[in-house]
Amino acid sequence: MSDAPVVRLANVTKTFRQGNVTALQDIDLDLVPGEFVSLIGPSGCGKSTLLRVIGDLIEPTSGTVTVNGKSARRARNDRDYGIVFQDAVLFDWRTVAKNIALPLEMLGWDRDRRRARVREMLELVELGAFADHHPWQLSGGMQQRVAIARALAFEPALLLMDEPFGALDEMTRERLNLELLSIWEKAGSTVVFVTHSISEAVFLSNRVVVMSPRPGRIAGIVEIDLPYPRTVETREEPRYFELVTSVRELLRSRGEHLLPEEEANLA
Amino acid sequence: MSVRRAGEWLPALVVFVVVVGLWEGLVRALHVHQFLLPKPSTIVSVFWTDRHTLWPAGWYTFKEALGGFVVGSGLGMLAATVVGRFQTAGKALMPIFIAANAVPIIAFAPIFGAWFNPISPHSKMAVAGVLCFLPVLVNTLRGLQSAKPRQIELMRSYAASELQIWRRVRVPAALPFVFTSLKVASVLAMIGAIVSEYFGGALNALGVTINNAANVFQFDVAWAGILVASLLGIALYGAVVATERVVLRWSPQERSS
Repeated sequence: MSDAPVVRLANVTKTFRQGNVTALQDIDLDLVPGEFVSLIGPSGCGKSTLLRVIGDLIEPTSGTVTVNGKSARRARNDRDYGIVFQDAVLFDWRTVAKNIALPLEMLGWDRDRRRARVREMLELVELGAFADHHPWQLSGGMQQRVAIARALAFEPALLLMDEPFGALDEMTRERLNLELLSIWEKAGSTVVFVTHSISEAVFLSNRVVVMSPRPGRIAGIVEIDLPYPRTVETREEPRYFELVTSVRELLRSRGEHLLPEEEANLA
Repeated sequence: MSVRRAGEWLPALVVFVVVVGLWEGLVRALHVHQFLLPKPSTIVSVFWTDRHTLWPAGWYTFKEALGGFVVGSGLGMLAATVVGRFQTAGKALMPIFIAANAVPIIAFAPIFGAWFNPISPHSKMAVAGVLCFLPVLVNTLRGLQSAKPRQIELMRSYAASELQIWRRVRVPAALPFVFTSLKVASVLAMIGAIVSEYFGGALNALGVTINNAANVFQFDVAWAGILVASLLGIALYGAVVATERVVLRWSPQERSS
């Protein structure tokens, strides 16, 4: 993993004029190719803002963002990343297959090429039987799998995920965690994963970036040395619990001004 | 599917038959005067015997309503597209449109008669068109703005142009709103055409026929004219609903109905 970073953040600061909030302050972070990195922190720590800065959906006030060795703007225009949000953001008027084909249409792929790729993606997320369904006919977990398939359809080097499983129940979430890992291992893209859940972050990631709020900073980075492929048993290993504890302690030490409900969110 | 459909229609059909039956029975039993309320059977028989004057009159008025509906709704959608394209213009104009939407446009019917030739169908078309314009404009605009911020963000992540976002997100998101307003407009167009004919119009127009019949106490003819107007109004509304069913096949509401 000595390649050039996929994402390089240097001195990134973001101030929202409205309310004069410093959402991000002096963020420095490099992501190496193929890495799975989680951003975790209480509400208001700027983790979603950071994700959007990487995706050039929000412009930083100062500092530089480099994606695939290009400016974030260039990278967005080159469609270098796919993005998944907390709600699946599927279009009701499109079938599952057409939703997955959307980025391919934007890339100007012809119909046959689109169709072949959509079929591959449907197999990948195991929704082959649902190609002609409309999104509202699927469960929340299935919708999120469609969103993941759509984000990966054009094989972006980078996958940005903003609390993708935050709205799902615990059991669905754990199953999708496993599926996401197997998809990631096959696709080989770099993943930036925003989450509220410590256990999810530790289970999935190579590294967990712990952020503290007001202003949003990196409080510390925990290297997760659990071997891949990770399985259901991984969550029962002593090393897993040690790592969960160190992430939690890092959050506590930097989060003296957390509100009680925010602490509950981090449980 | 068709069995379920029939089951859904049945209660309404029963209520309709019962109401018409009660109407017929009560008018007979209580010897209600013809000019107060004719029997449904009388109305239907006049509807049949006068069919050679009523239907051409209905068709004449229907064309006015249809013309107003098409032009008014079309301009409404066009105006919404232009206003929606420019955010600041939209913010400034939206409250005015909503206020104008509450103005009883039909009150302007005599003035429209003066602007155009009162005998010509154009003044009726104009009233119907103005009635359709505002609800379609307001709802289309609301629909075009109904796309969720995340949907727009997703499109921006694909480096989509404004035009691509428009075509792939804003317009499809607006369609349910557009059809809701078109259903309202189809009803308003018939009202506009007929009521403006009450203020004067061509002799072979339905509103004029109804009005003249009532003036000479031929209430059975007036009622038969109203029946024609109702059937044509339902036909126009039904055509819009049928189009909606086809265009919005994907919508969960359409699937369940």
